Amino acid sequence: MSDNQHSTDLTTPGASQEVFADPGMPEHKHRRADHEPAADKRAELQVVVLFVISILGTIGSLIAYFAFRPDGTTDGTRFSTLTLGLGMAFALLGIGLAAVHWAKTLMSDTEVSEERHAQRSPDEVREVAVQKLQDGVKDSGIGRRGVLKGAALSALALFPLTIAVPLVSSVGNDWNVGKFRHTRWEKGMRLATDPTGRPIKAADVTIGSVFHVIPDVSEEERTSHEWITEKAKAVVLLIRLDPRDIESDQSPKGQTWSHEGIVAFSKICTHVGCPVALYEQQTHHLLCPCHQSTFDVANGAKVVFGPAHRPLPQLPITVDDEGYLVAQDDFDQPVGPSYWERLK
Amino acid sequence: MTTTTTERAAAGAADYLDQRTGIGHAVKEFARKTFPDHWSFLLGEIALYSFVVLILSGFFLTMFFVPSMALVTHHGAPNTMDGVLMSEAFSSTLHTSFEVRGGLLMRQIHHWAALLFMAAIVTHMMRVFFTGAFRKPRELNWLVGTLLLILGLGAGFTGYSLPDDVLSGNGLRITDGVVKSIPIIGSYMSYFIFGGEFPGDDIIPRLFTLHILVVPGIILALVGVHLLMVVLHKHTQYPGGGRTDKNVVGFPLFPVYVAKAGGFFFVVFGVIALMGATMAINNVWNYGPFDPSPVSAGAQPDWYMLFLEGSLRLMPGQTEYVIGGFTLSLNILIPAVIIPGLLFTFLFVYPFIEAAVTKDKNEHHVLDRPRNVPVRTGLGVAFLTAFIILALAGSNDLIATHFSLSINSITWAFRILFFVGPWFAFWVTKRICLGLQRKDRELVLHGHETGRIVRFANGEYIEVHRPLDEQERWLRVNYTAHRPLEIEPATDSRGVRRKGYKNERRLARLSRFFYEDRVEPVTPAELAAAHAHGDHDELGSSESHGEITSGTQH
Repeated sequence: MSDNQHSTDLTTPGASQEVFADPGMPEHKHRRADHEPAADKRAELQVVVLFVISILGTIGSLIAYFAFRPDGTTDGTRFSTLTLGLGMAFALLGIGLAAVHWAKTLMSDTEVSEERHAQRSPDEVREVAVQKLQDGVKDSGIGRRGVLKGAALSALALFPLTIAVPLVSSVGNDWNVGKFRHTRWEKGMRLATDPTGRPIKAADVTIGSVFHVIPDVSEEERTSHEWITEKAKAVVLLIRLDPRDIESDQSPKGQTWSHEGIVAFSKICTHVGCPVALYEQQTHHLLCPCHQSTFDVANGAKVVFGPAHRPLPQLPITVDDEGYLVAQDDFDQPVGPSYWERLK
Repeated sequence: MTTTTTERAAAGAADYLDQRTGIGHAVKEFARKTFPDHWSFLLGEIALYSFVVLILSGFFLTMFFVPSMALVTHHGAPNTMDGVLMSEAFSSTLHTSFEVRGGLLMRQIHHWAALLFMAAIVTHMMRVFFTGAFRKPRELNWLVGTLLLILGLGAGFTGYSLPDDVLSGNGLRITDGVVKSIPIIGSYMSYFIFGGEFPGDDIIPRLFTLHILVVPGIILALVGVHLLMVVLHKHTQYPGGGRTDKNVVGFPLFPVYVAKAGGFFFVVFGVIALMGATMAINNVWNYGPFDPSPVSAGAQPDWYMLFLEGSLRLMPGQTEYVIGGFTLSLNILIPAVIIPGLLFTFLFVYPFIEAAVTKDKNEHHVLDRPRNVPVRTGLGVAFLTAFIILALAGSNDLIATHFSLSINSITWAFRILFFVGPWFAFWVTKRICLGLQRKDRELVLHGHETGRIVRFANGEYIEVHRPLDEQERWLRVNYTAHRPLEIEPATDSRGVRRKGYKNERRLARLSRFFYEDRVEPVTPAELAAAHAHGDHDELGSSESHGEITSGTQH
């Protein structure tokens, strides 16, 4: 995009010009409003009308404010939102379109050319600038006072610690990341339905049914502030399969973690922790709706598709004397997404 | 009479101000500053204005939002939520929506403005990229812009989570999972963010502070820098007659751009208000307060986060490894950290790579037509293709349900497309650009087809071509077709190996990739030759001679 000064002379064929010449700005075309007083008047009227529309919009919005009180229903709120918003939109669009129309029809539309200057400062300015910096450096004597330089830099580098240390020590609460390993489940704790907290009898779980399960804790604990954090680790999906369909589960040799085809798996995806909630009865597949990791419940919740790597941890369960499902123990591994020291 | 009074008052006020601030200098400098006109320059303005709308509507919302995770029993509308235990954040969101008049409108305006803000940033960056507006002297402003893009993502993310509903809570949970996958410090990072285990009771107040103070504060500062640099550099302009790297052609700031740009702010605000009034968005009362157990299928993040979501969905899980007892979750790290890292790195370094392979030290103020830099345009389209494929993959469940397709095959198709698509898009785009350049040459040399068929006395038929007028011709010939860098031999004249030869050779290879295929603009000599030898446009050229000569007399 060089602005060359060559001239184009096509009358001499075979001329050796390398580049065309800039033809300059195209001819200016006048608008009707520039030379027709009627068009000018009309444009002015249009601008005025647009401003008036804006004023009407504001008035409409105020009327809507007083006329439509939200009544607490979704429809009422929607209607109030719609009327307030439409008034506001007209108020704004009226001003905006009026200003733009004014600029386009009535203000000058002759393009002007303004010179640019290189960003770089001229040599003499640079020289003076460099000289000033050098004077400053010399003045401070930073060059020959090495110890001073070191002390100044160290002080500056260290002082943020006065803020960072107290911040970092508290920002992660107790920094006890070992809590990832444990959930609220313990030996003998009953399995209860989520969210009502009703304990589940093994007999109530029919083949093919799915229960969303939480530990059977007191009502008080379930309504406490800390519960959500416990629940975030402890939620379990309980499924009863036909025992003949179960190829394998995660029970170690000599133990049974399931009960007559009833298996319980952590509901927290081993990918990034979404609740795995979509169960397909025909295939015994559990699908995580967030990233589509698919787990095979009949086969120890192994991953059959998607971005997760590990099976969902299995909660060892059995029944107590009254026939309620209870946990044999906590999970044998941390639930949820992987992290660096998970196996340590 | 009134005019003179007003004028006198204005003069008095101006004098008062100038004596104390010297504002006269600024007014003299800026009042009639020239800005070029083009619709695509409005994209950045939309971004700026939707940011202003975000601040205005955000201020309204902070008056009623309570950034607290304390458990309360909600009383009041909607009746589905009456008596439900929830966080104060969620309860106050419901209160704002149902009991504050205009509250829901402001929430919807705020959300739509955020979506528009990001869309405007992305399209503005596309305009800047494809027209080469990032070239010297604007490389630093490109970096500031890219930072603004990332901060915009941060603002959107922190704001989206504030209502503490089921959807946003699951979003945070995904964040927690991603953070935990970071080697060595992942668990501690998670504690750092959540103040303990997920979700804890700190995250909403922390996000609130980030969302209403830290992130918008930095955005505001960087927007200031961004605009200051625009003023410093003066705006770029599209190529055309009379527009060079040494001038800027357009309209004066006062009054034309004060009216146009000021008016455009109201238009943008008005359109967002219209969207907020008529289009429901994020009806959190349908989802309910955050609970770690439920999740709804078909949930989508806001559009600008879709690419991350899609990236997570595409990665096969086999890539989680245990090394020496430590777990390395590449199945999360690659899609959620490394891929976005690569995408942003491309944005950050591209201007410098192009400058290096072009060895171009000149200031550029006239924009490129995208076709005239085929490899840049191809790379840009390839980048967008990768972004769009990831975003579509983020909606793979909706694609599956809407088109009754298998989610597994869709995922596999996207996995393959992610690698093949950008490459193919690059190749096609580059070819289209070269084709368009050849078309330009063809037009300049032979003119437009007129559809007029003429039969000569000897029976020959020709179609008359109409030569281009000088403005159109200038548009099509006014560009530089850069050539690949040429490097000196590995050894100097005395047979000694030159230092830095290897780097130069690497750069030259890259330069060849950029500029090996090129179409040179037509030169006047070529045009003259075409006219002299052209047989079938003889008629046209004889007609045109007059026009061209008259053109050069301007």
